[in-house]
Amino acid sequence: MNLTDFAPAGPEIVLLTLLCVVLLADLFISDERRVVTFWLSIGALLLTALALVATSPEERILLFDGSYVSDSLSQLLKLASVILVGVGFVYARDYLQQNQLLKGEFYILGLFGLLGMMIMMSANSLLTMYLGLETLSLSQYALVAFDRNSKDGAESAMKYFVLGAIASGALLYGISWVYGVTGSLQFHDIAAVIRANPDMNDMPLWFGVAFMIVGIAFKFGAVPFHMWLPDVYQGARTPVTLYIASGPKIAALALFLRILGDGLGGVHDTWQGMVVVLAVLSLVIGNVVAIAQTNIKRMLGYSTIAHVGFILAAVFCGTDQGYAAAVFYTLTYAVMVAGAFGVVILLSRQGFEAENLGDFKGLNARSPWFALMMLFFMFGLTGVPPWVGFIAKVTAIDAVLTAGFPALAILMVLASVIGAYYYLRVVWYMYFDVAEDRSVLQAGMETRVVLSLNGLAVLLLGVLPGWLLKLCLEAIG
Amino acid sequence: MDLTHNILSMLIWLPILGGVAMLVVGDAGDAGSSRAGGMRMLALGVSLLTFLLSVFLYRNFDTATASMQFVERVPWIDALNVEYYLGVDGISAPLILLTAFVTPLVVIAGWDSIKARPAQYFAAFLILEGLMIGVFSALDAILFYVCWEAMLVPMFLIIGVWGGERRVYATLKFFLYTFLGSVLLLVSFIYLYVQTGDFNFFSFMSVPLSLAEQQFLFIAFLLAFAVKVPMWPVHTWLPDAHVEAPTGGSVILAAIMLKMGGYGFIRMSLPMLPDGSQYFAGLMIALSLIAVVYIGFVALMQKDMKKLIAYSSIAHMGFVTLGFFLLWSIEDGAGAELGLTGGMVQMVSHGLVSGAMFLCVGVLYDRVHSRQIADYGGVANTMPHFAAFMVLFAMANAGLPGTSGFVGEFMVIIASFKANVWFAFFAATTLVLGASYTLWMVKRVVYGEVANPQVAALLDLNRREYVVLGVLALAVLLVGLWPAPLVDMMSATMQQLVEQMGHSKVAAL
Repeated sequence: MNLTDFAPAGPEIVLLTLLCVVLLADLFISDERRVVTFWLSIGALLLTALALVATSPEERILLFDGSYVSDSLSQLLKLASVILVGVGFVYARDYLQQNQLLKGEFYILGLFGLLGMMIMMSANSLLTMYLGLETLSLSQYALVAFDRNSKDGAESAMKYFVLGAIASGALLYGISWVYGVTGSLQFHDIAAVIRANPDMNDMPLWFGVAFMIVGIAFKFGAVPFHMWLPDVYQGARTPVTLYIASGPKIAALALFLRILGDGLGGVHDTWQGMVVVLAVLSLVIGNVVAIAQTNIKRMLGYSTIAHVGFILAAVFCGTDQGYAAAVFYTLTYAVMVAGAFGVVILLSRQGFEAENLGDFKGLNARSPWFALMMLFFMFGLTGVPPWVGFIAKVTAIDAVLTAGFPALAILMVLASVIGAYYYLRVVWYMYFDVAEDRSVLQAGMETRVVLSLNGLAVLLLGVLPGWLLKLCLEAIG
Repeated sequence: MDLTHNILSMLIWLPILGGVAMLVVGDAGDAGSSRAGGMRMLALGVSLLTFLLSVFLYRNFDTATASMQFVERVPWIDALNVEYYLGVDGISAPLILLTAFVTPLVVIAGWDSIKARPAQYFAAFLILEGLMIGVFSALDAILFYVCWEAMLVPMFLIIGVWGGERRVYATLKFFLYTFLGSVLLLVSFIYLYVQTGDFNFFSFMSVPLSLAEQQFLFIAFLLAFAVKVPMWPVHTWLPDAHVEAPTGGSVILAAIMLKMGGYGFIRMSLPMLPDGSQYFAGLMIALSLIAVVYIGFVALMQKDMKKLIAYSSIAHMGFVTLGFFLLWSIEDGAGAELGLTGGMVQMVSHGLVSGAMFLCVGVLYDRVHSRQIADYGGVANTMPHFAAFMVLFAMANAGLPGTSGFVGEFMVIIASFKANVWFAFFAATTLVLGASYTLWMVKRVVYGEVANPQVAALLDLNRREYVVLGVLALAVLLVGLWPAPLVDMMSATMQQLVEQMGHSKVAAL
């Protein structure tokens, strides 16, 4: 084995190296000049993105004895999460500065989490998957507690950690069963064993799959394993919430696609029943409970759960079309939710945490452009055309109908009508109500630019979704 | 330059881009500023230009053919086989004309009365106009649906930002009602796509479907279109939305948006689901007659002028759905065509008349800030010119011969006579009911002694209002006295539709 054989893992290697550089450099940067860490991190992300583009494989490459895979799916998902983490960093900067939280740890942990996500997306064995997942999870636990003066942050980090550890345990337990039954940890071997023994006694396998799905559903935040999600979204500082809400969701999808699609695709009738229960419960409970929320972060938390229901409904089909729809949905969802949290961050000022829906009152009179962007995100999340949420909805429903489940499709759209109410409420506060506070939102240049690009992306992706749809189909096919 | 190749795209995109430009430039929230004045001029210019384009469309429209004209077709989303596919025929062309005709009037009507954020207000109307034209010219289901639902957003904001006291309630109700209605339409479209492999309307029309499938799809379509029309019993959003909307919003709602429901029935339900439509025709006729009779009585009892006109809209739209679904009760093809054409004429006429009625109420509201009938009386003494217009439009609303209101209603009543005497009997009650509620309102508002000092202080129409009402009055009389050009536009398409409806899709299975 020579050095060039490692090239498909190049982006991870680049990221890890640069991450260590940032970590070391941060030691020598004084608190006043902490912004340098921010720029260094952005630089690290840019180089990682470049490495990703440079190493994009023409075909599926396996390395490290088949426990690592580099294909167009991993490439697409990684690129998206690198961009989203970068966007999150940009939105966070002013906020962290104003709250005396601009610390190197935020960026270091964020980059470590990203490394975990990338490993998950490229995992071709259950252990690699677990490794990536834990790298991501531990960074997230620490990020939630990152403001050490915040009691809420500490509390939710504790909750997240304990529940997350249980879920990881469940996942690991499931992995051991599947390993016991199939004799392999690598997805393609597991798939081959299943293909070769169609009349295998599948009770132990089913048992292992059930535990694994519990673990994955927890990471994804699907009902009934969603309890941590609203608390963590609310308790964490908003930039951290943004981080948790965007990239890791894509990683969680990778978990589903690799394990259920690549590994256990042959027995999809064993897991289909479980996934559809998760999907339906998430759709209904996420949307209904979100209506009752007055805290915007919590509301977006429940809305995440509802969207996870949509994604799981597409995964449930067990077809390539369904997986592609799930990828498209997750990517576009992450873009929208990152923008929405970006506006929430903007709304906060020194010593004032914009958390209540009421804080959006009269935003149109204060800052019409940001209000318009928030309107884009809200209608995008509702699934109203011409924003991209609509196309995502269409692809998911298309997959479900093609697989022959019209009742599920009808449930999905009805749930989205319930969802419309709470997104509209934000628009109504922004446009129809009078502001108590008339000050104009302050934002740095790069925040303005990135937020505007984010909003326009939600619109333009909705008008011209063809190329991304094609990428998603190619990534799966 | 030959405009005929992309006239539809221009009709759609000119107002949308104009609206977007206005949003970007903005008005700094001050109606008095010179920038706001420029925005108003820009809005008027864009909407007038759009109207000129639609006149061009009309001049080049070939009334002899039933096939689609001014077709534009390019792939849009390859992965889903969605096309940017536009075209017009005798069904859509009159409605596009109506849209382009009404929008400049709405812009003029909002000229002085919109104080807060005029640029956003006019931008919303321009974007709305483009999307409405998009709905009427889309021949691809996803393109249609995009316009159909995107339209809700500007309307939601128009009612919510510039509306009356209970605007939030009204606009949420409006949005959620229509959104709920239309999501099942989306599922139906995708279901048909799974059968046919593309979203083309013509594939949807030709694909064979079992009766059970057609019944399910018809119900899903019905939910979407019935909410928009609106038909009894899903009409309750309309009085609220109308009452709370600013005058311009009410006009667009009544004149154009309600037509989308009728358009949906005649463009999709009838030709795509002929057997399903036949199966449910009895139900549709019953619902239409309930709208005509029951809602007519409800209108009679209203104390609020806008609410009264809103209910009268529901009753008049009942004629549209009645005319469309008489098809299977009539033996001869000409009678069926008469019903369909009558429904279409009624849509255009109602667009003009109800728009004009709402504008009249707007004129009064701008001066007195009340919509209550009881707050007026003897307006004719202080506003004689206005009173003349209002009486004319009221007569048209009541269906007086010589006005546009008469033509459509008369055609539908004749068609229903051919179908069943009882249908005709109930439909004809509108001649009494419509006259009662409209003229009674006019009597209380316009005639009599000057009721209070506010009425005594009223000033008659200014030049701007004169133009708006005068243009509408001419249109109402033109359609009423000489409906032939309008009917000619539709006749080829209607013949083809009747012929198409004769072929069962179940038999093709």
